[in-house]
Amino acid sequence: MKLIFEEDKEGRQGFSYGASDVPAAKPLPEKYRRKEQASLPSLSELDVVRHFTNLSRLNFSVDTNFYPLGSCTMKYNPKFTERVAAFEGFSQMHPLLPQLSGGGMLAQGSLEVLYGLEKLLSEITGMSAFTLQPMAGAHGELTGAMLIAAYHKKRGDRRKYVIVPDSSHGTNPSSAAIAGYEIKVIPTGPDGYMDLEEYRKNLNTDVAAVMLTCPDTLGIFNPRIKEIADMAHAAGALMYYDGANLNALLGKARPGDIGFDLMHINLHKTFGTPHGGGGPGAGPVGVSSALEPFLPISRVIRRADGTFALDYNYPESIGYIAPFYGNFGVLLKAYAYILALGKEGLIRTAEIAVLNANYCLARLKKYYELPFDKACMHECVFSASKQSENGVHALDIAKYLIDRGFHPPTIYFPMIVKEALMIEPTETESKETLDAFIDIMIEIAALAKDDPSAVTRAPLNTPVKRLDETRAARQPDLRWKRP
Amino acid sequence: MNYIPHTAEDISRMLSVIGVKEIDDLFKDIPASLRPKSFDLPAAKSEFEVTRSLRLLSGKNASGLVNFVGAGFYDHFIPAAVDSLSGRAEFYTAYTPYQPECSQGWLQAIYEYQSIICELTGMDVSNASLYDGGTALFEAMMIALRQTGRKKVILDSGVSLIYRTMLYTYTSNLSIEFVEIPVAHGQSCRKELLKYLDDKTAAVVFQNPNFFGAVDDYSDMVEEVHRRGALAVASVYPVSLGMLKTPGEMGFDIATGEGQSLGIPLSFGGPYLGFMAVRNDLLRQMPGRIVGATVDSEGRRGFVLTLQTREQHIRRHKATSNICSNEALCALRAAIFISLLGRGGFRELAERNYQKAEFAKDVLSRIEGVEVKRSSPTFNEFTVCLPCRADEAVNRMVEKGFACGFPLGRFYKGMDNYLLIAVTEKRTKEEIRRLADSLEAVI
Repeated sequence: MKLIFEEDKEGRQGFSYGASDVPAAKPLPEKYRRKEQASLPSLSELDVVRHFTNLSRLNFSVDTNFYPLGSCTMKYNPKFTERVAAFEGFSQMHPLLPQLSGGGMLAQGSLEVLYGLEKLLSEITGMSAFTLQPMAGAHGELTGAMLIAAYHKKRGDRRKYVIVPDSSHGTNPSSAAIAGYEIKVIPTGPDGYMDLEEYRKNLNTDVAAVMLTCPDTLGIFNPRIKEIADMAHAAGALMYYDGANLNALLGKARPGDIGFDLMHINLHKTFGTPHGGGGPGAGPVGVSSALEPFLPISRVIRRADGTFALDYNYPESIGYIAPFYGNFGVLLKAYAYILALGKEGLIRTAEIAVLNANYCLARLKKYYELPFDKACMHECVFSASKQSENGVHALDIAKYLIDRGFHPPTIYFPMIVKEALMIEPTETESKETLDAFIDIMIEIAALAKDDPSAVTRAPLNTPVKRLDETRAARQPDLRWKRP
Repeated sequence: MNYIPHTAEDISRMLSVIGVKEIDDLFKDIPASLRPKSFDLPAAKSEFEVTRSLRLLSGKNASGLVNFVGAGFYDHFIPAAVDSLSGRAEFYTAYTPYQPECSQGWLQAIYEYQSIICELTGMDVSNASLYDGGTALFEAMMIALRQTGRKKVILDSGVSLIYRTMLYTYTSNLSIEFVEIPVAHGQSCRKELLKYLDDKTAAVVFQNPNFFGAVDDYSDMVEEVHRRGALAVASVYPVSLGMLKTPGEMGFDIATGEGQSLGIPLSFGGPYLGFMAVRNDLLRQMPGRIVGATVDSEGRRGFVLTLQTREQHIRRHKATSNICSNEALCALRAAIFISLLGRGGFRELAERNYQKAEFAKDVLSRIEGVEVKRSSPTFNEFTVCLPCRADEAVNRMVEKGFACGFPLGRFYKGMDNYLLIAVTEKRTKEEIRRLADSLEAVI
């Protein structure tokens, strides 16, 4: 497709603000004005509508395709939450209104949403309190790492390290490093669990925290998780729960009960808010009571008279990590989603998410190598190592799936599995959809034996074929330029 | 209400394929001792019930006040096509475009967004978005620290206090030395800056227009910053760039800002859009996703996520940033918004904001006891000094139906009588006159 800049025509204008109702003012002095006008595309409204509509049609999405992208929880996003977020009473609220004096009364509706969501998330996870400010999962991790630092500092304890397993999401070590920590990586043992001996060796009074995903990125719940937490606590370290995989545990286990001290939740995964092509997300952080004094300000409180207010009086708070109260529009959608599902719906979510993943695992394990052969939780991780012996790699399988109308699983992650294929079907997909996907996966396994090139030449039916990524990186072309 | 399609028969057939009796068998790895101590949540509700109760809640917000509050977040008109196009599920229910062959729509849209940000700011390259203007400024500062290997950062106090406070929070464990330069007569105090600018300085951060609404040309300062080997960082209001000198034209190394004004609703503080654009030589220091054009195996143009070796999923603790999810949908809204307005519409938007604010200054300056600060030019926001406490005036104005501005005493000592007033293209002549009449009545 043409770039929108290539559809531009001099003299065409799609939008106007109409005649001005105020008199012309003395112009701003030249010195402060831009010399060169921006070369923005100028088209009719229809041109713009057609351009972006046609672009949208080049995407796979949850609403158009099965999207079993592991670790991303691409479940159906109910439409009604979009409608709620667009209510003018919410969408037109200026964030500074409640910061005017007595202004909390101007935002009672929004503050009640925030307060209510905090309470629900606390009960779901077994945490004492939440901040809703972090604007994505990784932002929650960074907030968490700063809370960890504040906690130890208060105790006069300067600790240097954060422990992560080698199967962790890349954001874990990265977030801890940005908060000023050095990273210790613990390998995964042959049984698929974090190597406890190595863990024990690395755990000492220099360790500030242990960051874990549970179930881990192999989709496995570690039955010794409590022991891991107890060992960390005995060394004075905190346990951080990466909530990326919380969908599997709703109503089945709570990070707070397991012994985690703090955690983030990806609302755009577990609680049904759309991923928006990469964001916006929301990454609320929950803490145990010991960490509560350090939470970012402002915090939402409920007064004795039942009204809601913003409270800034937390002298030990780490401060401000967002301009306001977080990604309110996303928080609101998650709140609506949780209210609609209710207790039973949330428990059912975990049950069917796990059922769906185990069904994929059971039907596919004859055809693909299962690096750690045990029951999975919400996702299963296979390896295409058998297929790759015939030159059919995880990447080729992904491209063939695209040709057949399925978004591929996450590939080459976790990094500890060679040729990884990480399948997370989610609870909103039917048995028929899973069967259709599994049948194609079986077809690919057969082709890998009999006719590998049928897989390796995919995709054939896409708007573009395989793209030259090396060229993209070596000769960066990152923007349109006026010819 | 839930969204699970399984029938009882589906479930029993699936269980038998798996080889277990009941769903609970799948959770056997979770020891009984770790089962929830409590899960006391409300019962399910229908879509109608939840919609109704949240509609009622939305009515408890005073969203209908005539809005003259800005302070970095502005009440601009959003054309309907922005909502309907960004509301296409093929955009908003997709994930990060890791698989380019089935994500060309997203990838091209982001490439167009990056191009638009470069055109607006006059910079060389843009990333695919960050969370908000504040975190974008933090990331810019981190680039400067890495690039120079220095530890000192100078902040102009015309930079929003909200953002300065965020920078302090993020760096509390990183031993960075901060210096704040005072603002004199609404503008950056050049003499003070030169006093603190030295060979240890990694970055100097300015905002244009600054928090008080004052417009400046920082070219002279940027030159001084470069003479000391430091990087110059700008935080800018994108709508103003339809008119104001760009960070690129002033020689800045990094331009960041809050993109909310580009077709994104105020929505009580988010989701918003952090943007960042840099000079070419800082490209590999940039945080976040970047989309690049390339060709496919048949030579056709296509788009991919590129330069990923900077990112956390590859480099882990050595990445330039920990960002993973960004604000892609908001970036898309900005690209659609700008494309709808076009060159002419975008210039018109900037001029209209300027004109309306100038008109408001005129009208307000006629009120006895109200002093409109005119020591420096402004764009669409300006400071007035009232004969009484501004927060009290704001309170009384709410009763008259106005959010009349932001009382600066909330953020700045000694400015209790000062009010910051923003006037966007949405405010009519009549609303501006009523603002003045009501203000006259309450002070």
